[in-house]
Amino acid sequence: MQNQRTETPLLETRGLTKIFGSLRACDGIDLAIAPGEIHALLGENGAGKSTLVKMLFGVLDPSAGEILWKGKPVRIGSPGEARATGVGMVFQHFSLFEALTVAENIALALDGKVAIDRISEEARRLSLEYGLPLDPSAHVADLSVGERQRIEIVRSLLQNPELIILDEPTSVLTPQEADKLFETLAKLKAEGRSVLYISHRLEEVQRICDRATVLRHGKVTGACDPRQETPSSLARMMVGGEVAEISGAGLGEPGEVLVEVRKLSAPARTPFAVALRDVDLTVRAGEVIAIAGVAGNGQSELFDVLSGEVTVSDADSLRIADVPAGRLGITARRLMGCSFVPEERHGHAAVPNMNLSGNLVLSRYASDREAFLTGGWLGLISSGPVAAATKRISAAMDVRKSLEDPPAGSLSGGNLQKFIVGRELDRQPRVLVVNQPTWGVDAGAASRIRQALVDLAKSGSAVIVISQDLDEVFEIASSISVINEGQLSKPEPASSMTRERIGLLMGGFHDGTGHGTETAEAAHAH
Amino acid sequence: MRIELQKRPTPSALYAVLSPFIALGLTLVAGAILFMALGKNPFDALYSFFIEPLTEVWSIHELTVKAAPLILIAVGLSVCYRSNNWNIGAEGQFIMGGILGSLVPILMPGFQSWLTLPLMLLLGMAGGAAWGAIPAFLKTRFNTNEILVSLMLVYTAQLFLDWLARGVLRDPNGNNFPGSIRFPSAAQLPEIMPSQGSAHYGILLSIIAAVIIWFMLRFTLNGFQVRVLGANPRAGRFAGFSQTRMTFFAFLLSGGLAGLAGIAEVSGAIGQLRETISPGYGFTAIIVAFLGRLSPLGAIAAGFMLALTYLGGEAAQMTLGISDKVGRVFQGLLLFFVLGCDTLINYQVRLVLRKAAPAAGGQG
Repeated sequence: MQNQRTETPLLETRGLTKIFGSLRACDGIDLAIAPGEIHALLGENGAGKSTLVKMLFGVLDPSAGEILWKGKPVRIGSPGEARATGVGMVFQHFSLFEALTVAENIALALDGKVAIDRISEEARRLSLEYGLPLDPSAHVADLSVGERQRIEIVRSLLQNPELIILDEPTSVLTPQEADKLFETLAKLKAEGRSVLYISHRLEEVQRICDRATVLRHGKVTGACDPRQETPSSLARMMVGGEVAEISGAGLGEPGEVLVEVRKLSAPARTPFAVALRDVDLTVRAGEVIAIAGVAGNGQSELFDVLSGEVTVSDADSLRIADVPAGRLGITARRLMGCSFVPEERHGHAAVPNMNLSGNLVLSRYASDREAFLTGGWLGLISSGPVAAATKRISAAMDVRKSLEDPPAGSLSGGNLQKFIVGRELDRQPRVLVVNQPTWGVDAGAASRIRQALVDLAKSGSAVIVISQDLDEVFEIASSISVINEGQLSKPEPASSMTRERIGLLMGGFHDGTGHGTETAEAAHAH
Repeated sequence: MRIELQKRPTPSALYAVLSPFIALGLTLVAGAILFMALGKNPFDALYSFFIEPLTEVWSIHELTVKAAPLILIAVGLSVCYRSNNWNIGAEGQFIMGGILGSLVPILMPGFQSWLTLPLMLLLGMAGGAAWGAIPAFLKTRFNTNEILVSLMLVYTAQLFLDWLARGVLRDPNGNNFPGSIRFPSAAQLPEIMPSQGSAHYGILLSIIAAVIIWFMLRFTLNGFQVRVLGANPRAGRFAGFSQTRMTFFAFLLSGGLAGLAGIAEVSGAIGQLRETISPGYGFTAIIVAFLGRLSPLGAIAAGFMLALTYLGGEAAQMTLGISDKVGRVFQGLLLFFVLGCDTLINYQVRLVLRKAAPAAGGQG
């Protein structure tokens, strides 16, 4: 019914442009969102989606162009003005205080003084109405990511918006939680509200969106009805070319055991960290083991323990090539042939204001001591070999950069990630542990990184990939395990694993006997 | 309305270089206003404060005497601050270095050989390093705040020195004046050109130290560690560098250099252990380190600049008849403007006016 009223769009942009220095992040964007439609905004990372949305929500000022609300030009100068206009927004990264309750977090976002009881009541009413079960008196720290997202949604609904912007809402949800979100969106749509849905998941967009606008390099490359398109035609609009298929085929018979984790436990180091409990994992040469799971279930804790940034008291609980390694630090493990790629690029895997050659030395100074250091105890860094290796890695991984040796922070996320992965692959590690290898990386770079991981396993190394991206997991893994609340499910061959089963494991069903906070909802969703 | 600091996407490289000079200019302007408020001709005052000390040979010698400890301490502090360890107690480490090094000539006045001076310098370094090790230990072991601990240890060191100079180490033939015996010549850091002025070899020590530390920071894995752990502790941990070891390294190095400055001052400029041996060099060196952009070579230039404020203070007292505390005021102004300029290079000030709320009413 609502789709008929498309003659005056609820929100329209004409030639909307944002320039940062010499970069045109958004370049003449035309977009029209009809009342009561779910409109998808598709694009790779760095395509300009976030910039566009920030302009719509008053976080950034446009450099040129105009925004029309119900046909009239408006100036949205701040998020407050955006809310007053009728635009609500749910950010990808939640802005919640973990130590406060749900109701208190909501109260913080409201203008004016409203009694907390009234907020609780209102929040409870809204959450029931839209199928977003939420306890206003619960502390945010105790809630799952899905529940936290609901707080953000309820928070924006309290303002009674006519347009709700959701930024990558399902990237952190289990499949079951995502289904639940889609029901809520359908309800909003039925009430005549519009939704701007930002995603790069084609399948979802095709399933729930009425129209789609595709961005690439800051420009609109397509406006279509996603249901009339095929996933590959949408992908072409997004990427601008065919995306290379990963060939996982050819992973041979696994060889000797390279990593063996037995009953490994590690206590939580901060109140908001996750404790690891009785983790068992065996990885053989030539294998890619993927560890799936929703963010915040112990992935980074597991990575830290595997890498040796955090050691465990029982040396025997982690054996690398049959040597007890639980108490060895990261340098000792590197010297045993292991390499590591953490999730966070800036400030963990790399120092942003240091150039690439410095960042190469960062993880390789010990393993490549002979090549990179001279002068004996003086430990002089030999710039020649380091520069040569930087060049070699950049070429091998197709790292695009404007200077010979730029600061790491000046590279785009995908290019820096290619360099970081390349830095570790360059030494042909026997064991590689990667956390979220393609998080926030565009499709082209992602497929290159994935192929490199598969190739490494083919050459006889053991690869452990911790990833939230199920597509990725299925694309490259030979077996799959799921992490939930610090516990790891038994790895199963990728060929016999299904998305539904992973969804259940993510939700806390540990082989049908486990229990977790998500259990009730996961069951509810069926 | 409120004022916001907004991070600049690309800080200007030009202004990053110019920043210390702009700060210097602003300090001069502020100083001129200050002198005017005191009823002095600002140009005459600035001339006698900043230029006059440079017009005579003996006062240039004085300048190096003041600059030597400032540079030595600031070089160590640069490394310390770059590695994200905040040693504010160089003054205390300076004093402890002076004390420990002085024990050689005071307790063994008969031991006079070519070994005396090197031994004193080594003990001076050891004293400063040991005093610096205390905040490092407490920080790494008990997670205490090194700023507070190192600062409080300054007062401990000052009072300890006072007690020694008036008590156990007092010269028995000194008519009850505080202060130790005068050091024998073998225990004194010699003057470079005794006929012209008082400059001693401390300045050479500080320039050698600056060059060595600069080389270390620039070319060695150790310097790389300092830079990584200072910029990103998490990345440093990923690299396998130990934060604990770095904290000790930074405090031992900066403490050791401050201690060396202390014994060089006592044996070169003073010639005996007195109840006070520093006009606040350890604190002024913090300004030197920042004015020199936390670079050891920058510290050399900045050290001379700040040394000038000491001389200028004295000159102002003599020729203008105003308190030599003016020197301190200039140091404070300089630090303020340096930090201010650095902040404005990385951030821009934005006035946020509260606009009329409803945008939907829209007249465009």
